[in-house]
Amino acid sequence: MSTLEVKDLTVRLPAGGDRAEAVSGVSFAVEKSEILCLVGESGSGKTVIAHSIMGLLPKTLALAGGEISLEGEELTKASEARRRALRGARMAMIFQEPMSALNPVMTCGAQIDEVLSCHTEMPPAERRARAASLLREVALPDPEHLLDAYPHQLSGGQRQRVGIAIALALEPALLIADEPTTALDVTTQAQILRLIVELQRRHGMAVLFVTHDFGVVADIAHRVAVLREGRLVEIGSKLDVLTRPSHEYTRGLIGAVPTLQPHGRPVPANAPVVLATRGLSKTYRARRWMGKTREVQAAADVTLEVRKGQTLGLVGESGSGKSTVARCIVRLVDPSAGEIHLGGADLARLRAGEMRPLRRRVQIVFQDPYRSLNPRRTVGEAIIEGPLNYGVPRHEALSRARRLMELVRMDAAALARYPHQFSGGQRQRICIARALALEPELLIADEAVSALDVSVQAQVLALLEDIRSRLDLAMLFITHDLRVAAQVCDQVAVMQAGRIVELGDAEEVFLRPRHEYTRALFAAAPGRGFNFAAQVN
Amino acid sequence: MLVFLLLRLTPGDPAAILAGDAATAEQIASIRGGLGLDRPIVVQFGIWLGKVLSGDLGQSFYFRIGVATLIGQRLEPTFALATVTILIAVLVSIPMGVLAAWRFGGWFDRALMGFSVLGFSIPVFVLAYLLIWLFSLKLGWLPVQGYARLADGFWPFIEHLILPAVTLSVIYIALIARVTRASVLEALGEDYIRTARAKGLPEIRVLVRHALANAAVPIATVIGIGISILIGGVVVTESVYAIPGLGRLTVDAVLARDFPTLQGVILFFSFIYVAINLLVDLSYVFLDPRIRY
Amino acid sequence: MKIFANWSVRIGGTVLLLLVLVAIAAPWLGTVDPTLFDAGSRDLRPGEAGEIATLDGDTVKHVFLMGSDSYGRDIYSRVVYGTRVSLIVGLAAALLALFFGVVCGLAAGYLRRLDGIVMRVMDGIMAIPAILIAIAVVALWRASLTSVVIAIAIPEIPRVTRLVRSLVLTIREEPYVEAAVSLGTPTLKIMFGHILPNTLAPLLVQSTYIFAFAILLEAILSFLGVGLPPDIPTWGNIMAEGRVQFVAYPHNVFFPGVFLAVTVLAVNILGDGLRDTLDPKMAKRV
Repeated sequence: MSTLEVKDLTVRLPAGGDRAEAVSGVSFAVEKSEILCLVGESGSGKTVIAHSIMGLLPKTLALAGGEISLEGEELTKASEARRRALRGARMAMIFQEPMSALNPVMTCGAQIDEVLSCHTEMPPAERRARAASLLREVALPDPEHLLDAYPHQLSGGQRQRVGIAIALALEPALLIADEPTTALDVTTQAQILRLIVELQRRHGMAVLFVTHDFGVVADIAHRVAVLREGRLVEIGSKLDVLTRPSHEYTRGLIGAVPTLQPHGRPVPANAPVVLATRGLSKTYRARRWMGKTREVQAAADVTLEVRKGQTLGLVGESGSGKSTVARCIVRLVDPSAGEIHLGGADLARLRAGEMRPLRRRVQIVFQDPYRSLNPRRTVGEAIIEGPLNYGVPRHEALSRARRLMELVRMDAAALARYPHQFSGGQRQRICIARALALEPELLIADEAVSALDVSVQAQVLALLEDIRSRLDLAMLFITHDLRVAAQVCDQVAVMQAGRIVELGDAEEVFLRPRHEYTRALFAAAPGRGFNFAAQVN
Repeated sequence: MLVFLLLRLTPGDPAAILAGDAATAEQIASIRGGLGLDRPIVVQFGIWLGKVLSGDLGQSFYFRIGVATLIGQRLEPTFALATVTILIAVLVSIPMGVLAAWRFGGWFDRALMGFSVLGFSIPVFVLAYLLIWLFSLKLGWLPVQGYARLADGFWPFIEHLILPAVTLSVIYIALIARVTRASVLEALGEDYIRTARAKGLPEIRVLVRHALANAAVPIATVIGIGISILIGGVVVTESVYAIPGLGRLTVDAVLARDFPTLQGVILFFSFIYVAINLLVDLSYVFLDPRIRY
Repeated sequence: MKIFANWSVRIGGTVLLLLVLVAIAAPWLGTVDPTLFDAGSRDLRPGEAGEIATLDGDTVKHVFLMGSDSYGRDIYSRVVYGTRVSLIVGLAAALLALFFGVVCGLAAGYLRRLDGIVMRVMDGIMAIPAILIAIAVVALWRASLTSVVIAIAIPEIPRVTRLVRSLVLTIREEPYVEAAVSLGTPTLKIMFGHILPNTLAPLLVQSTYIFAFAILLEAILSFLGVGLPPDIPTWGNIMAEGRVQFVAYPHNVFFPGVFLAVTVLAVNILGDGLRDTLDPKMAKRV
């Protein structure tokens, strides 16, 4: 008997959506002591499946058919009370956002204790001891102290460990993990993945692991199920699916995963320097009401050069200061110290008025395609705004906009429409067109592909690469994703805690990293032993 | 904290100084220059503030006694009315708000939203007369007007307070119930609620320990802000029900052009409002462990 | 337009439109001059017929639909004409508060140097309950249309300011505003081209609530006897006059009360409808 068996699961979407069903006739099983990875892009229905099993579907989604059985017990027909008794006891779930998945106003201890007090008759002292031992099991330091701590006092990784402790409290037969490491930094992600695998082995649990990341799949899965628009595309052992995918869609997905190998294009040695920073620093001072000042060095002593026709990658985990550097260069924030040289001027010293004529020469594309365009302006208006600011006549700006739309491979008819009519990938193309409308010398891409699905990401990356070489642009490419960096960067600067710890040619840094932090970063990259594109082709 | 208190208090002065200006005939020496005739406004404010801080609010023209004494005499009915009102409002509105949020879009939710729009729209005095007409004139259950001191017995005291307090609490209930519903609804959409449900907790525990506990800060805030509406309501309600409290005193003072009294009462009300909101701000520390001062 | 598909907008809007029509057409709705009185027609009950003396000394027969007050004035006429005063005072006060609130809010939100001062002043005004500010202002100046409008508008300014400021602070952090900065768009153009248009929906919603509150506050001031002079027919004044004899003649209070409540209700319902359609994010919040 399988631990979990899902048969013909169908979940209806509310009327008026882009499709009628979130999940259509999906069947699979998870065996004892097995990790099944459920993979798919956003909107593929993977999270809906997870929620259906737990009985946590929002009211707008209706279970339209199918059977779900846990250890032989049929769940779809069970009473709400029975399902509540099983939740947290026989099946448990961990979630994506460790920052918000824990109740901020309850101590960690109380949140573990709740599971024990609701499902068992354990006396309080015993419950506390059990909670402490659970924290020890998920390898948290000083459990006795952590029991009385509130979630906001813990780091993201620690909170995710508390989340796992809650899930493990009653030794469930089935653990559902819904993208549990997506919001974490790569080094933390590696630790949490290792912990999940270890716990799964020790307790012989069945694990249903939902993810979009083939790197993670390669690291932990025993079997893989691939979803597309609510339908199961294929299911099989990890090796089969990753190396011999039977379905075209799977092949495309896996082929789109960038490799960790640097691209190896020849890089001309003495191209002119477009932008150079010397000792660039930004310190934030937060004054608390008692007069204590807290200083945060977001960027310290950053020295780098971007050359014409080349791409410098700025790589680091969240909070490493890479975005601060970008924002200093375009002067969305004022640097505290250092110099920013752009064609003879020092941007760091200019006042707002003097800065204006120079803004044209550096343009930036942001991470979030949904918030980067003013919802009340047409795409055309957004693209010509920059040229109009610098005195380009309207008709000329418009014809430039039409040419740019062609360059980013979109229809010129889109100019008359509003941003909400476009998908994330299309919006990001529009943002790129808007940035290029000013004919800048330097283009900064601040995590510009991080919010996109892997197949869309591959297209936008190819577009950026094409534009860079065609217009001979200098590009500063900021990313946390080593695979993406390997694809596009000619030079790489690795940042940690506001400082550049390693800077060099991409080839050097990727193949022969010298700094120990860089090495740790590479070691943590999920699926590093797996060259996806090469496997499929 | 002191700075904060001062900043919040300073603005009490425009009204006071303005009111002082019209008091020229009686109090030339102390308030005449209030609008900057002979001394800088800051100095004027300093003198006035000094007097206020030492508890001297001046003399009432009309009642011929110290304003501070007058306020002291009229405090009890207002205090009783406000306390009973807040009690009724909080006890009724929070459970209703939670229930409406839990059954979002259901009949109770829609009924509560309808009631709250109605509560915001019916003027306090219209509602007051409606209730008097129904319960006092038609049914004869309760006295029409007036006030009985607590010292004169508990039952007459409550009997006289029920109608005014219910009248006054309607808008307050509408306000708190709306905010409770909205913040519980928002909390119910959070990830930790999903976590709580995934633990298999009973629904009531999810609602109270997880949703309501996280909605506590906005609810406390609106109770504090609502004091402003409550004070406005007190002025009207006391006039309608002929309760000899501070609200009634305010209106009498305006009609008698008794400016020191008006100034004193406004200052007193503002002080209460600021003090209560300060307490509310302090309560955040207990309601949300993330907030530190 | 999707807003007209919303039932709250339809109902609230229709009732409000009717009231505006009543206000405009007041002289042709079977009314007499609302200031006329006749000693012979005092304290009539609703529907009773009587006589009323016109300004030229004639006496005309008149049916007192809603009865008469203790001076012998026709309550129906006073209520209908009162619609004019209420709507005008409410609208004027709301516009005044909106204008100053938007200016202060934009200034505080976008020009950070002004933020401290502006918000301290607003905190100060907020520290005094709205009714008390209004009473104090009216008590200082003689009660007139202008002073009442100003008195009602002042306590509303901080609310608009805070709303606009918080919207500006949120919107200016949006990537599309940052993109405009790096496109070299001048500050003023960003304020009026990017930020202000995105505050309009919540602002429109807020202004309906202010309008409703202004009508209410005007009636309360008049009712307490500190608002517009008693000879001006406002709903508050009619009720203030009627409250003395409430036990014997409750209709003197009820008819204007019903008009007042219906008006405020219509505006509030309209506001809720607008909020649900224009500003779904806020709809979930309150």
